[in-house]
Amino acid sequence: MAIDRLLKDEATEEKGERARMSSFVGGMAIADLVKTTLGPKGMDKILQSTGRGQNVTVTNDGATILKSLHIDNPAAKVLVDISKVQDDEVGDGTTSVVVLAGELLREAEKLTMTKIHPMTIIAGYRMASECARDVLLQKAMDNKMDNEKFKSDLTNIAMTTLCSKILSQDKEHFAKLAVDAVLRLKGSTNLESIQIIKKPGGSLMDSFLDDGFILDKKIGVGQPRRIDNANILVANTAMDTDKVKIYGARVRVDSMSKVAQIDAAEKDKMKEKVQKIISHGINCFVNRQLIYNYPEELFADAGILAIEHADFDGIERLALVTGGEIASTFDNPESVKLGHCKLIEEIMIGEDKLIRFSGVKMGQACTIVLRGASVHMLDEAERSLHDALCVLSQTMNDSRIVYGGGWPEMVMAKEVDALARKTPGKKSHAIEAFSRALQSIPITIADNAGLDSAELISQLRAEHHKEKTTSGIDVITGGVGDMEKLGICESFKVKQAVLLSATEAAEMILRVGEIITCAPRQRDDTM
Amino acid sequence: MALAFDEYGRPFIIIKEQEQKSRVRGLEAQKANINAGKTVARILRTSLGPKGMDKMLQSPDGELTITNDGATILEQMDVDNQIAKLMVELSRSQDYEIGDGTTGVVVLAGALLEQAEKLLERGIHPIRVAEGYEMASRIAVDNLEHISQKFDFSASNMESLIQTCMTTLSSKIVNRCKRSLAEIAVKAVLAVADLERKDVNLDLIKIEGKVGGKLEDTELIHGILVDKDMSHPQMPKQIVDANIAILTCPFEPPKPKTKHKVDIDTVEKFQTLREQEQKYFDDMVQQCKDVGATLVICQWGFDDEANHLLLHRNLPAVRWVGGVELELIAIATGGRIVPRFQELTPEKLGKAGIVREKSFGTTKERMLYIEQCANSKAVTIFIRGGNKMVIEETKRSIHDALCVARNLIRNNSIVYGGGSSEISCSIAVEAAADRHPGVEQYAIRSFAEALENIPMALAENSGLPSIETITAVKSQQIKENNPHCGIDCNDIGTNDMKVQNVFETLIGKQQQILLATQVVKMILKIDDVISPSEY
Repeated sequence: MAIDRLLKDEATEEKGERARMSSFVGGMAIADLVKTTLGPKGMDKILQSTGRGQNVTVTNDGATILKSLHIDNPAAKVLVDISKVQDDEVGDGTTSVVVLAGELLREAEKLTMTKIHPMTIIAGYRMASECARDVLLQKAMDNKMDNEKFKSDLTNIAMTTLCSKILSQDKEHFAKLAVDAVLRLKGSTNLESIQIIKKPGGSLMDSFLDDGFILDKKIGVGQPRRIDNANILVANTAMDTDKVKIYGARVRVDSMSKVAQIDAAEKDKMKEKVQKIISHGINCFVNRQLIYNYPEELFADAGILAIEHADFDGIERLALVTGGEIASTFDNPESVKLGHCKLIEEIMIGEDKLIRFSGVKMGQACTIVLRGASVHMLDEAERSLHDALCVLSQTMNDSRIVYGGGWPEMVMAKEVDALARKTPGKKSHAIEAFSRALQSIPITIADNAGLDSAELISQLRAEHHKEKTTSGIDVITGGVGDMEKLGICESFKVKQAVLLSATEAAEMILRVGEIITCAPRQRDDTM
Repeated sequence: MALAFDEYGRPFIIIKEQEQKSRVRGLEAQKANINAGKTVARILRTSLGPKGMDKMLQSPDGELTITNDGATILEQMDVDNQIAKLMVELSRSQDYEIGDGTTGVVVLAGALLEQAEKLLERGIHPIRVAEGYEMASRIAVDNLEHISQKFDFSASNMESLIQTCMTTLSSKIVNRCKRSLAEIAVKAVLAVADLERKDVNLDLIKIEGKVGGKLEDTELIHGILVDKDMSHPQMPKQIVDANIAILTCPFEPPKPKTKHKVDIDTVEKFQTLREQEQKYFDDMVQQCKDVGATLVICQWGFDDEANHLLLHRNLPAVRWVGGVELELIAIATGGRIVPRFQELTPEKLGKAGIVREKSFGTTKERMLYIEQCANSKAVTIFIRGGNKMVIEETKRSIHDALCVARNLIRNNSIVYGGGSSEISCSIAVEAAADRHPGVEQYAIRSFAEALENIPMALAENSGLPSIETITAVKSQQIKENNPHCGIDCNDIGTNDMKVQNVFETLIGKQQQILLATQVVKMILKIDDVISPSEY
């Protein structure tokens, strides 16, 4: 007797082989999707959103692509998730991690075909990833002691990260921008003090790093355009009508004259507030909230530059860089810390006027102004630069580096292969498979560059059987090249994160023996 | 169907709108119910044991859960069948009571139902079967008591506790670092345990997870972790020897609950009101300052002005802290939760050695650590992992391990795992069956067979030839009179679970058998299912 319904309508259940197949296929499909974006010659993707306006994004960044996809396959969601985490945690390698996980699944599929239990595969993968990590640890280089070399390492890493992106044409320029910006941070991973402003127009080469702080705001009418030795008060206070905050308060009057009186009192109050602010001895006042005409006029009269409605981030950054505090009460002028800077001036970038605060107290902050032909280009440039900045700031903390161009993968593959030969039992098949999956990354890089991958990989493998080799794929010349001379480096932390999270994700998908999908919640489709 | 006839032979209707209801009764109903129960058990069967597979569950909103935990699978499965819902309840109650063995209990209930079906086919009345099961379960529980062993542990000797937690964790995805996680779980439980009363309040252990890093980075923090940051970006990020004021009143102008109006009709009133408002903020901050607080933790928000005043007076503050976290902070720091500024006194402040803010990754993720608290009873387990699914699953696994450790502190009897205790019970029950006169004998024998189902599932999941393995282990147990022989799931080479260090708690096992028997009895007693039909 069949049971009519155990699960709710529309809920589906997939078991055993079928479940495994569906998750393998889902995982591999996602990996194949982003595979073509890997490496310096990877292609970009156009993403069109379904929302209003049909926004278009052009990108090469794995995390961005995957984030924007609507995915139904549960296994694919796992891969999207690891890519997101990679982005949050180290900022780069978002494509590599998905490709590696996809390849691990592809190899696992072949193994399950030959009737090897998934748990055995997992055990093998674990041993392999452990081994690969140890090799990576051994081979990683640390140049923290040597300042010159460290800086050149940073530049190399930035160039390697950027060369796969839209910025590759001007990678030297941007690598220098990114390294300069990160070096200013002096080891903190707080990327907040690096501000990126995008202004369409000009070319990418016109982008520049400004060591001051640029606020995308206009200066009020009739106020000075330029201030030397500015004392800045950063505030978050209401400068429209100062409401009475006590609950339930309201104004009730019985004649017109009273209205006028109250109005005058309100004005007085505002005037008093402005007076208090002015008495701080400032010549620049930046407020997060609106400043109405009346107080603005008062400020103009006093010769104070008043900037209204700076957004929250802008305020916090400004407070941070000028060394002031964000004030909301103004009764004790002697104890409020004011911000200082050498020069405030209005500058023009393209057609827009911006306010620049230069010579700020805290040397950490800086602003990168990106110029470019179109908004899409700028968005992508920002993402690329963000990747580079993330990687660099992580490298500042963990200064170990490895070579790029498929070098680490080949080194790991070799050691994992050696482990497979030593391991008795079925696990060794899985370990071998892991090594093959690792090699698929250089293969993909070569394929994307239109090179003969089979030929290149075999050459590379032969090369790696010598001791202390530094060879990898040189996409530019299309052969095997010396990564040390070419200056292609990657951060150790990124590689390690790729390895570990890809293995973790593959393991998780492999363990699944059954998929139960609940009925989708009913929604009104108003779109 | 349900037609009855009155004394004149006219039919009348008993159930309202009976045409629209579907109804099954008698043996058919029992069989349908048994079938539903079996199906649920079959889904969970493959998740049992260290080599069990996970299940991937997609919720109605597309959220993904990957888990191995029986209770979680069933809860997320969105079942529609009434009997299946009973099985879900069964697993849930095991989860509430014991916390572990949620898969095992369902598998056992499924096996019992399967055996019952055979008995019903032979014409044995369901009630007799139920009674037989009841007797058998009593025998099994007694046998468990008999083969159980007590073991000693103390705060310094945790080895045996760790081993038991490791048995629980070995079936989960986290088994890669089960040792360190088991240690964390045991240390956490011991930190909050009341060894005198033999009780553990698991509410004192907070489990926080944050995506990123690796599983090995998971740590035990002797203090509280709050997923919040300082209310003002320029407040100090680290406070040593903090005196913490724990407030549940907002730094905002008062909002009396009675409806009222403050009418402003003259300029003077307007001005006094304004002054009062300023004074109000000033007073609030002053009151905190006066009692010597160096950190304010508040359940509510701050007004901008108040926020600045706090910064100004050098009083760091945290806002929007949840109620549960607030309570934990109060317990950990030995402070009192203060509902009004007027009631702040120096004695009510909590003390912590160090409070620091720590940032993670490349995004603006910050967390607040409150450590070296006055009262060490309140710990946090901070889980890191590659993705959201791993973290969620780790949380569940740690919860299981915590429950196991707690059960051991309550009652330090253990039985051996790996199916050994089930086989031993099965042998005992079978022996008892032959001595029992009456129809129940069959039911008792069936119970014994159902118990073997768990080791059988273990063997199947581990890829061993199930029947051969079971028979071998069973004969070994009888021959050597050693109840510690079980299934060698990990291929270690011995099937003596004492050597393999695979333990489970006695109460967990007993509860499994009792709960499963109860539910099966209930299902067997149903002979009529009336459900409204579909529209």
